[in-house]
Amino acid sequence: MCECCSGHPDIYLPQMATITKRRMLNGTELFLHLEMDSGEDLQYKPGQFVEVSLAGIGEAPISISSSPTQKGLELVVRNVGSLTKAIHKLQVGDKLGIRGPYGTTYPIEEAKGKDLVFICGGIGLVPQRSFIRYALDHRSDYGKIIVLIGTKCYSMRLFREEIALWQERRDMTVLETIDEAHDCWDGNVGVVTTLIPKIENELPGSLVLICGPPIMYKFVLISLAEAQVPEENIYVNLERRMKCGVGKCGHCQINDKYVCQDGPVFRYSDLALVPEAI
Amino acid sequence: MSVLKFTPKQFDDFVSTLLKTGRPVMAPQAKNGRFAFGPLASAADLRLDYDVTILPPKKYVLPQVETLLEFEVCGPCRSVQEGEPMILLGVHPYDLAAILQMDELFRQGQYDKHYMDRRCQITIIALDVVTPSANVFASSMGTATVTSGYDILLTVLKDGSILADAATAKGQELIRLAGSAVPASEADLLARKAVWEHNNAVLNKHILLCKPSLLPKVLEQSYNHPVWEEKARLCYSCGSCNQVCPTCYCFDVQDRVNWDLKTGYRFRAWDGCLLENFATVAGNHNFRKDRAARYRHRLYRKGKYVPEKIGGQIACVGCGRCISACTAKIANPVEVYNRLLQDTKLG
Repeated sequence: MCECCSGHPDIYLPQMATITKRRMLNGTELFLHLEMDSGEDLQYKPGQFVEVSLAGIGEAPISISSSPTQKGLELVVRNVGSLTKAIHKLQVGDKLGIRGPYGTTYPIEEAKGKDLVFICGGIGLVPQRSFIRYALDHRSDYGKIIVLIGTKCYSMRLFREEIALWQERRDMTVLETIDEAHDCWDGNVGVVTTLIPKIENELPGSLVLICGPPIMYKFVLISLAEAQVPEENIYVNLERRMKCGVGKCGHCQINDKYVCQDGPVFRYSDLALVPEAI
Repeated sequence: MSVLKFTPKQFDDFVSTLLKTGRPVMAPQAKNGRFAFGPLASAADLRLDYDVTILPPKKYVLPQVETLLEFEVCGPCRSVQEGEPMILLGVHPYDLAAILQMDELFRQGQYDKHYMDRRCQITIIALDVVTPSANVFASSMGTATVTSGYDILLTVLKDGSILADAATAKGQELIRLAGSAVPASEADLLARKAVWEHNNAVLNKHILLCKPSLLPKVLEQSYNHPVWEEKARLCYSCGSCNQVCPTCYCFDVQDRVNWDLKTGYRFRAWDGCLLENFATVAGNHNFRKDRAARYRHRLYRKGKYVPEKIGGQIACVGCGRCISACTAKIANPVEVYNRLLQDTKLG
């Protein structure tokens, strides 16, 4: 190897981590708790993601769902492709490759002293949970914490026990909705934007953090514009095909931005000249 | 070190000596009526008069398929560095400009050791163009000639003699094998200058009507221009323009399991942003499903996004390969940029 390269690490080399807990959150989403085999916790911040791999099958970007205030690393993996299908077969004690963490973080410092409104659609709750838990673990640093959660159908709801615990807390507000009515559900029915009028008075001055399926952003942003939330106060967590995670492979580009480096968390006002973003 | 002058015979001897260094020498040779870079077996096969190669010499700094890691299935991975000492002989200035851009892209931010290590072990012997290709427009892009970035620069003079200018330690190490070559005279250097002036004028089969440095500004105002839709209507999304482009460097990463079913490797392979599923994520959501959006993305990357990332130099070097490779005849960047220029108000 040449001299100038020998001091650099291999940016594509994963570290091994062991599955310490696993459980299905619903029919398609697997929750994993991992510990790094190095014995040291991964140094990440809320909003970031890791590249998860299973040697021989492949690698994919997965959001971090845990908070750095807790031990270990928590991920939620939807069974949707060949890699995630294989990950779903893994048991406690099995190992995964982890690279990262990568990408930008939620504005945990700027948000101090401010009210936070999390708008989560479906699996979008997964990365948002990282900041929600972080804020709860630093409760006095933040103002009100409001969480709006929309899920397609009753059976796909995520983190049910945890959400029930959140709902019992007096220092946060959690509103849930499902798109399709269900016999066991007496809560709000409709898409996540139907929850926005219920908290409209809380929106001015709050930081609003959005994560959900691509279609959701358009509608949530319209509602927030109507509620006159300034674009500087809105953060979106975007998904693209972050294949390499290190700003090289080109797959996650939205116009001139690399989601793996400039995102996944973007301040919405920074996306004014990025038409491919939303 | 002074510039050396070879007669054609002396140059053949020099190439034969290079072939005995034990390092593979990759050089342009005839291939089915066209030209391609490949391992050189004898000096007689070298074609200093080639117009353009089918694929750019990019394939030696960023191979079509490159192993990054080896592993036991579902086990830990180990880094693989595939790079080996190599002499890249006969690289045209526009292709060199493209390699220099790629060096910066893989070096900046997260240092890509796989690329950089391979690159560090390559000695580049550049070559001023002897025969202009049918679609070259390097003059328009400022890459018809180069003043740095090579280890040795070769220039074929009108009388058939060849000048060799070693610019780096790696180049000087090779030029020591030059044998009976003599120092070039003042007149030879003037003749070389004439070649540069000539090439700067004639490598321009398509003429960009503005300085390339204006392209980011032109594109800034052209996002919704009708040309994207007009051109892309004919696009087959075949990705040929990506494959032959010396500045395209997007790649895919995949795993492959060996026949023993126990071991395997993770590799990267060239990908192309014109291909339909380039921006598709798991769950089958395609973030750039419109052909026009993919077509536009490529020309924005060349003219705006990459230049802004690497300090201004436009990521189209004017080799003209995409123009020749495109079945639908829509890939000519000059045609598109000129059209946008017409409709742009530059303050």
